[in-house]
Amino acid sequence: MIQKQMQERAKQMLSLGEVTCVLGWKKGDFSTNPQPAVFESEKDLEDLVYDKYCAANLSKYLVELTKKEGKVLVFLKPCDTYSFNQLLKENLIKKERSYIIGIGCEGNMQVDDDMQEIGLLEKCQTCTKTAHMVFDELIGEELTVRQGDDPFEGVLNLEQMSSDERYGFWREELSKCIRCNACRNVCPACNCRKCVFDNNKYDTAQKVNASSFEEQMFHIIRAYHVAGRCTDCGECSRVCPQLIDLHLLNRKFIKDINEFYGEFQAGADTDTPSPLTDFNIDTDPEPGSVHKRG
Amino acid sequence: MQKIGVFVCHCGTNIAGTVNIDEVVENAKHEPGVKYVAEYPYMCSEAGQSMVQKAIDEHDLSGIVISACSPRMHETTFRRAAARTKLNPFMLEMANIREQCSWVHKDKEEATNKAHALTRAAIAKVHHNTPLFPGESPVTKRALVIGGGIAGVSCALDIAEAGFVVDIVESTPSIGGKMAQLDKTFPTLDCSACILTPKMVDAQFHENINIHTYSEIESVEGFVGDFTITIRKKARSVDMKKCTGCGACYDKCPIKKIPGEFDEGLGMRTAIYTPFAQAIPNVPVIDREHCLKFKTGKCGLCETVCAPDAIDFEQEDELITEKYGAVIIATGITPISLDKFGEYAYTSPDVITSLEFERMTNAAGPTKGELIRISDKKKPKSITFIQCVGSRDVAVRSKTYCSKICCMYTAKHAMLVKDKYPDIEVNVFYIDVRTPGKNFDEFYRRAVEEYGVNYIKGQVGKVVDNGDSLWIQAVDMLDNKQIKTKTDLIVLATAIEPVKSVRNIAGMLSASIDTNNFMTEAHPKLKPVESPTAGVFLAGACQGPKDIPETVAGAGATAAKVIGLLAKDKLITNPCIADLDPYYCNGCSACEKVCPYGAISYEDTEINDHGKKAIRRIAVINKALCQGCGACVVTCPSGAMDLLGFSNRQITAEVDAICR
Ligand SMILES: Cc1cc2nc3c(=O)[nH]c(=O)nc-3n(C[C@H](O)[C@H](O)[C@H](O)COP(=O)(O)OP(=O)(O)OC[C@H]3O[C@@H](n4cnc5c(N)ncnc54)[C@H](O)[C@@H]3O)c2cc1C
Ligand code: SF4
Ligand code: SF4
Ligand code: SF4
Ligand code: SF4
Repeated sequence: MIQKQMQERAKQMLSLGEVTCVLGWKKGDFSTNPQPAVFESEKDLEDLVYDKYCAANLSKYLVELTKKEGKVLVFLKPCDTYSFNQLLKENLIKKERSYIIGIGCEGNMQVDDDMQEIGLLEKCQTCTKTAHMVFDELIGEELTVRQGDDPFEGVLNLEQMSSDERYGFWREELSKCIRCNACRNVCPACNCRKCVFDNNKYDTAQKVNASSFEEQMFHIIRAYHVAGRCTDCGECSRVCPQLIDLHLLNRKFIKDINEFYGEFQAGADTDTPSPLTDFNIDTDPEPGSVHKRG
Repeated sequence: MQKIGVFVCHCGTNIAGTVNIDEVVENAKHEPGVKYVAEYPYMCSEAGQSMVQKAIDEHDLSGIVISACSPRMHETTFRRAAARTKLNPFMLEMANIREQCSWVHKDKEEATNKAHALTRAAIAKVHHNTPLFPGESPVTKRALVIGGGIAGVSCALDIAEAGFVVDIVESTPSIGGKMAQLDKTFPTLDCSACILTPKMVDAQFHENINIHTYSEIESVEGFVGDFTITIRKKARSVDMKKCTGCGACYDKCPIKKIPGEFDEGLGMRTAIYTPFAQAIPNVPVIDREHCLKFKTGKCGLCETVCAPDAIDFEQEDELITEKYGAVIIATGITPISLDKFGEYAYTSPDVITSLEFERMTNAAGPTKGELIRISDKKKPKSITFIQCVGSRDVAVRSKTYCSKICCMYTAKHAMLVKDKYPDIEVNVFYIDVRTPGKNFDEFYRRAVEEYGVNYIKGQVGKVVDNGDSLWIQAVDMLDNKQIKTKTDLIVLATAIEPVKSVRNIAGMLSASIDTNNFMTEAHPKLKPVESPTAGVFLAGACQGPKDIPETVAGAGATAAKVIGLLAKDKLITNPCIADLDPYYCNGCSACEKVCPYGAISYEDTEINDHGKKAIRRIAVINKALCQGCGACVVTCPSGAMDLLGFSNRQITAEVDAICR
């Protein structure tokens, strides 16, 4: 069993002093909600779990963990390695302080309020990320078969709406938001020292708070901030207690970027410049095509 | 407590004709923080300026708004006026109610509302202004000219004469440019080489001029007054210091059949070659692509015959890095490719471009000046010139602009033919003949009246080469009839365009180019030889089609501007540059990637975060390099980066005020 293998390997590395701690998942209140956890001893590692409910992306935890001396062993699913790369690209984690064990993934399950399985998570249904983009070693089989739903289908549907319908859709969706900030806190791209919605340096926070539709401002600004950096890890939608399909907003940006500048996948590597922060006089379409699309 | 003064200008009727000034004044009085409002017919006049100064002193104003024209026009004027008082000149904002308002609107009510909104925005901004203090930056007293055509050479000579060192970088093995290829020049018909080569020699021996031929710009860093530029001197394979220019090498070179660039492919050159007899420097280059020694390792004949032992097969590209105060782009033009103009049968040896014709009629050219058909080496009995090939046409393959020089050089060509061979029949197809210029129309009329050149208004639809002659199908637009005629030689007045490499040069220097790749001037009328980027100047046909007199006159103007800059010991820098709050920066590198001036780097810095000390990777702005473009500011998600004088707060305040 893969979980056993992971435990053994982690224990071995800890005991040999090759790593100082292990970042993985441990059992939550229910069997269906394992939580990210840091293990510091071989005994702790008995609690490490890995199953179809371990959806949480562990990459962002490395931002804090790799600030400390020592080395962290981290278990990453294929999709999580994109976030790792993106954070590396933004100089937010230290590669030399992490040891990545890539683990196979068969897709994670979604549960309802009664903890009943209701099928694959959206992010897994439309998953295109079958291989690890970065790792030190691999455990378990790479899953080659994916559900294969078109990730852009939802965006296409939205694009086909009239602008009034679309506005109506987002108003309805975003008005469910309770500004718990879970989406932002889980998002690997939202890694600012102090988010504009929390700092007083500019009046963004105050202005957003003063808006009658504060949630809309928050989400639009956030979508712009993560555009070109969002790897489509799907964590925002997964953690939203109000079940808002936040990924639609980010995927619209991804789709547009692909169409304007050619296919781009954030986090696929650490050196391809992001189309939004790179300018190429010969191939960039703006402002012509942007203008044409109206 | 802010005490803001607002000064509304009529600009004669320029503003007052469309904007109700009284209303703007009245509205401004009720804006928060406004203590004083005045209006005046010409605020920029001396009286207007003293009125502003007086008001600042008398009412102890903390900030002022001038509602008038574009800041590009008079911001400096009013900042100077403010500087004469106790107010910091950066506590001033201009509301542009002329270019952005009165000039673009007809409806008085709408224009007045907009003028009010713009004024309101400027007032809102001034509330957040802070005093700023310009710095100083040094000026390196050395200029770089890119392109050694007549534009580059004459500009360099003018600057060198004023006592400044100038380097010329030329991509081909010799300076001279297109003018060196020409035979005679309109409208005086003097020999091109005879007037060009003395200039080239002057440049070669001028103590202040260094010429780097067979060289390219590798990289550019820095800014006005302080550019650091690396030049790649391509390996010539000949030691410039040892070579005496005797030419023994190219006489012996066994590879003799390479179409020569200088002769537009009509004549052949050797693998080791000097492009033309008067080349400067008179040092050959080895074309490594064709040289036997480089291809097979055998040969080396040139090496054996070179008495001073100058051949160096091992020579490598050399990189030279130098500092410059100013850069001049003078990369010139080239005829467009005729690949997409199948109807003119350019693939036929007897259909040539005008530049090829120049080489053919040149006594030093591939036919020794003999006018012949390339196919059968016979003298043609009739020649047809076709004008506007690829010019003044909206089709994608063509240029929409007029290439400007073709009417004149075609008249020149026609006249030269008639002068030397009166028996040859000469026809010219034209759309219309454009001859504005000193002695230009007289020149063209001479071709028609004195030399009997037959001008036909009409376009050629098709050319067919049937071996011993060329068939032309055309329309005569004046007689409104189809023409089918035979001719022996066709000369295409091919459109000219900027050289391809100019895009790269412009990119490296952040200078702008237009959709046709011509360099853009900072202002088409008032700054005709400056690029919009400070310290980058323009000369010659890279700006747009130009003949030699215009090129030389322009190059002189460019030199004057460059000399004006190099004569200064230091420049006042713009204080409106990026400003980082290290506490908020997470070192993500987003800003570094977008900075076009390479002004951002990173340092591990100790940050005191509410008593918690930590070493963090933080962006650091090089104040000398930052041009205040603001790219980093909009890229930084959390707002750690800001722009002095245009801070996020100021911009938001303006937007809010406009939307109010
Ligand atoms: C067929 C023809 C006939 C003409 N007849 C006449 C005439 O009779 N009378 C008249 O007044 N004008 C005539 N002209 C126009 C004349 O040639 C131009 O006005 C003149 O050459 C413009 O000079 P320039 O220095 O701007 O450009 P150019 O002569 O094109 O010189 C530019 C130089 O820059 C170099 N260069 C280009 N790119 C780079 C780079 N990236 N790095 C380094 N160096 C570079 C080129 O190699 C070249 O040496 C004629 C033009 C043509 C095509
Ligand atoms: S919403 Fe924007 S400012 Fe806030 S954390 Fe995300 S990227 Fe940073
Ligand atoms: S997680 Fe959901 S409810 Fe919470 S802030 Fe994000 S969108 Fe709003
Ligand atoms: S404003 Fe920012 S991006 Fe622009 S030059 Fe200055 S540091 Fe670079
Ligand atoms: S973009 Fe902002 S947070 Fe990122 S390095 Fe630059 S200043 Fe710092």
